[in-house]
Amino acid sequence: MNASDFNNNSLGTSTTLEDVFDAFEFLDDWEDRYAFIIDLGKQLPPFPESQRTEVNYVHGCQSQVWLIHHYDKDSGKLLLLIDSDAIIVRGLAAIILVALNNRTPADLLATDIDKLFERLDLFRHISPTRGNGLRSMISKIQKLATAQAA
Amino acid sequence: MNTASVAQTTQPLFDVQAVRGDFPILSQQVNGKPLVYLDNGASSQRPEAVLQAMDSYYREMHSNVHRGAHTLGDRATDAFEGARIKVQQFLNAASAQQIIWTRGTTEAINLVAHGLAAQLKPGDEILLSQMEHHANIVPWQMLAERTGAKVVPIELTPNGELDMESYDSLLSERTRILAITHVSNVLGTINPVAEMVAKAKAHGVITLIDGAQAVPHFQPDVTALDCDFYVFSAHKLFGPTGIGVLYGKVELLEAMPPWQGGGEMIEKVSFAGTTYNTLPYKFEAGTPAIGEAVGLGAAIDYLANLDRSAMEVAENGLLQRANELVPSVPGMTVIGTAANKVPLMSFKIDGLHPSDIGTLLDQQGIAVRTGHLCAMPLMELYGLPGTARASFAFYNTQEEVEQLFAALQKIQRLFA
Repeated sequence: MNASDFNNNSLGTSTTLEDVFDAFEFLDDWEDRYAFIIDLGKQLPPFPESQRTEVNYVHGCQSQVWLIHHYDKDSGKLLLLIDSDAIIVRGLAAIILVALNNRTPADLLATDIDKLFERLDLFRHISPTRGNGLRSMISKIQKLATAQAA
Repeated sequence: MNTASVAQTTQPLFDVQAVRGDFPILSQQVNGKPLVYLDNGASSQRPEAVLQAMDSYYREMHSNVHRGAHTLGDRATDAFEGARIKVQQFLNAASAQQIIWTRGTTEAINLVAHGLAAQLKPGDEILLSQMEHHANIVPWQMLAERTGAKVVPIELTPNGELDMESYDSLLSERTRILAITHVSNVLGTINPVAEMVAKAKAHGVITLIDGAQAVPHFQPDVTALDCDFYVFSAHKLFGPTGIGVLYGKVELLEAMPPWQGGGEMIEKVSFAGTTYNTLPYKFEAGTPAIGEAVGLGAAIDYLANLDRSAMEVAENGLLQRANELVPSVPGMTVIGTAANKVPLMSFKIDGLHPSDIGTLLDQQGIAVRTGHLCAMPLMELYGLPGTARASFAFYNTQEEVEQLFAALQKIQRLFA
């Protein structure tokens, strides 16, 4: 894995949570909201093929999710990359990156991701009852941050 | 069954709207849209009659069964054993002692796999098929591990039927058990189980049929099939969760050791040695699911009051309508195109992941199953990451089938 794999990720850098909230405010029906989620998923940087390994695989019954990370010592920030074979899951992963990517471990752990998804009316997608792997992925990211903060 | 003559009449065959009124859960909104429930293969819904039977059981007669000291106990036992007789009649079994209550299909198969261990030796073969549900694979793999026997899968044809040449060639003097699904939960294929059992019998093979996906659509006759074991779950047959049925031939059930130890399954307990109860109680340790048995009995009664052959015609009409509409969704492919199918359609759509399809159908009030459908070997065989599956019940309508396809078209526009 190269540190450069994490460059050029707009999610959590130039695209912020405010951008997502603003967009959702203007989208009235579910079709427009999902079209926005799908588009956001297209902003995920390419996931390095060599990193699609068992170690980086997050288990979900419905779809496959991969996660890699890099701790940037200079900035003290945790950089994250996510991929999935399902398009909606990619979009939801993009929202997670907007919230959690490029944060210091302390900032990351202070982020209430459930509240954020509730505000977007998307909480059921990351609830433990959905087998799409996103809940396990969030736990994995939080563990990474805890380990880094220690 | 007399479907041919029913199909020729011009009268409405089956009043689906009247039947829908029997299922209170169906008249609700999900995500702001009327619920279209097409996940019946995973679990079907309960009619009012089942809910009422369970409610009045708990209100009026609940007590433990087979204790015989008081009136409530007698009522509960009568209701519980009455349900067993209903199942016996439903399956056309010779006697009620051949009907063992289990928690479901999965436990029934595990019970049989556990019970047959002493009859297997290294090198023996257990035949099943590439279309089995995990519940009809893993218990046999565990049995194979314990005994040194080998699990051998019968191959499938590309359209999702059992390859009968593969079956014929695999059936040998090493074969000891044939465990086969009556209907595939992924493909919908109705397997020629009667023919398969007859061939297996000629080789002295013990046969088990997984009827979980069959009983919601047609009534099996275990006496005519002549299988050694037949298993199913109540919750797919419009009955409660947590209860299922194992039917078995008396000689085999007698020869099998008990499954779990405890109350009810014993005749006499002593530290010098314990003797076991007779069938079916030998396999029913502990307080059984009494209310659930009563609910299953009510589900069977409910079905008996419907015209099942007219239901079959109506259900086939749903599948036919779905097949007609497939070309209206570009890139949609049906997985499993056997000639003889129950009304169930697994499919993929180019460019869409099954999970995307499931999520966006749910948004439109439509419930389907997505994922590997507990049949990973089958997904691997057909090179699929999973599928989406619409599985119909007799209470589904032609309009609901049309709504499914309109919703799929909408999803495609969203991704375009």
